[in-house]
Amino acid sequence: MAMRYLKNVTTLQLDSDKCTGCGVCLTVCPHEVFKMQAKKAVIQDKNKCMECGACAKNCAFDALTVRAGVGCATAVLVGLVKRTEPQCGCQTESSCC
Amino acid sequence: MSKSSCCCSSTHEQTSCKEKNKLERSIIQKSGEIPILSTTLNSQDRVDGWKARWGIGRMNYTIQPGLYGINKPDADSPVLVTANYKLTVDKVRKELMGIDAWILVLDTKGINVWCAAGKSTFGTDELVQRIEDVQLAQVVNHKKLIIPQLGAPGIAAHEVKKQSGFLVKYGPVYAKDIPQYLRDGMKVQPEMRKVHFTLMDRLVLIPMELMPALRWAPVLMLWILIVQLLRDHRLSWGLFVEFVPFLAAILAGSVLFQILLPLLPFRSFVINGWLLGGLTALGLSALFDHSGTLVLVHALLLPPITAFLAVNFTGTTTFTSLSGVQKELAIGVPLMILSILCGMVIQIVSIF
Ligand code: SF4
Ligand code: SF4
Repeated sequence: MAMRYLKNVTTLQLDSDKCTGCGVCLTVCPHEVFKMQAKKAVIQDKNKCMECGACAKNCAFDALTVRAGVGCATAVLVGLVKRTEPQCGCQTESSCC
Repeated sequence: MSKSSCCCSSTHEQTSCKEKNKLERSIIQKSGEIPILSTTLNSQDRVDGWKARWGIGRMNYTIQPGLYGINKPDADSPVLVTANYKLTVDKVRKELMGIDAWILVLDTKGINVWCAAGKSTFGTDELVQRIEDVQLAQVVNHKKLIIPQLGAPGIAAHEVKKQSGFLVKYGPVYAKDIPQYLRDGMKVQPEMRKVHFTLMDRLVLIPMELMPALRWAPVLMLWILIVQLLRDHRLSWGLFVEFVPFLAAILAGSVLFQILLPLLPFRSFVINGWLLGGLTALGLSALFDHSGTLVLVHALLLPPITAFLAVNFTGTTTFTSLSGVQKELAIGVPLMILSILCGMVIQIVSIF
């Protein structure tokens, strides 16, 4: 049961030149967006990226960029009304720990 | 909020409440006294969990940040980092039966790891500061921290290492996998890395979708009231009958959508919601044998309501991206407004 979201919207970018193949991004990504190929990380499934920002935050070599944020309509709408960045004001109890 | 629930909003109250319920005992360490958390949830904990899910006093479920022990931890015991949302701590401790461990609770303002990581309150700075505050280096003789994988958006592992000397190990996504992870010598099985969103996951979230959704009911009621006054020049109990289709649209967007999510044909939440709302409107028209104008009015008014509630579920799902949501809203919101306005105008015009 793979639930999928909109195609071709993610802001995720990988700069192969900077990638050292440390593999941290494979560890932290919750959606298996990356795989290892010839000792470098490559994006195998870009459309699965939810822009959580974990990979970019944990890449010590600045090889990854993504505009991180919560994909939350309420946050986006509140942000629009208040004219700020999307702000997650909700206290969601998602299934994670 | 009752004080006895062991979850108080202000930091000062926390200590006293906390002691009442969860703490069996504490152990003395060089760095001071460290409270021990129980690995069994008592009835109060379960009531708290239930109340939090139904949105009763949600914001009050916090735990004093700091270091806690589980069972009989010693200098070699693993350190698990978590958020100070009571339900999060409960989820972690109840999995640790028979395991000696430390739990480092970060101050995330009572918000779970995933959401707090997104805001970086579950973040590098807080972690580094907390390690220092509790003098973690005095308590354990290793340099490893286990961080739930979903905390990664807030934590830069290499920065933590640089600033505190502690090595971040990203543990499994779900607390239930922690015992296996520890038994495997801190190896995460690939399956433990993936976020899922099962029917059960979605079912427990429904109250939190339904309760806020029902807040729209008075607004819709008001509209029906206005229509009724204009049309019949008096109010009648028929008000509630006329409200049924709107209630159905609300339920479609806050219960049905959540259950059917994986089966819905499109990627866009707005389109799927619109579809579901449209089917609801159609079904109701058939059921109540509505006439021409009313069918049209419902077809215009109901789907946007369902679509709006549906797209709000993006805040809770585990796979929607900010860019995607922005794209949906940029197109969806104007359409919703247009559709609702058309529906309102037609309904009013049809009266005269
Ligand atoms: S974390 Fe950065 S350097 Fe390491 S594999 Fe991923 S992209 Fe390459
Ligand atoms: S932003 Fe999150 S979901 Fe997207 S690739 Fe990075 S870690 Fe994976």
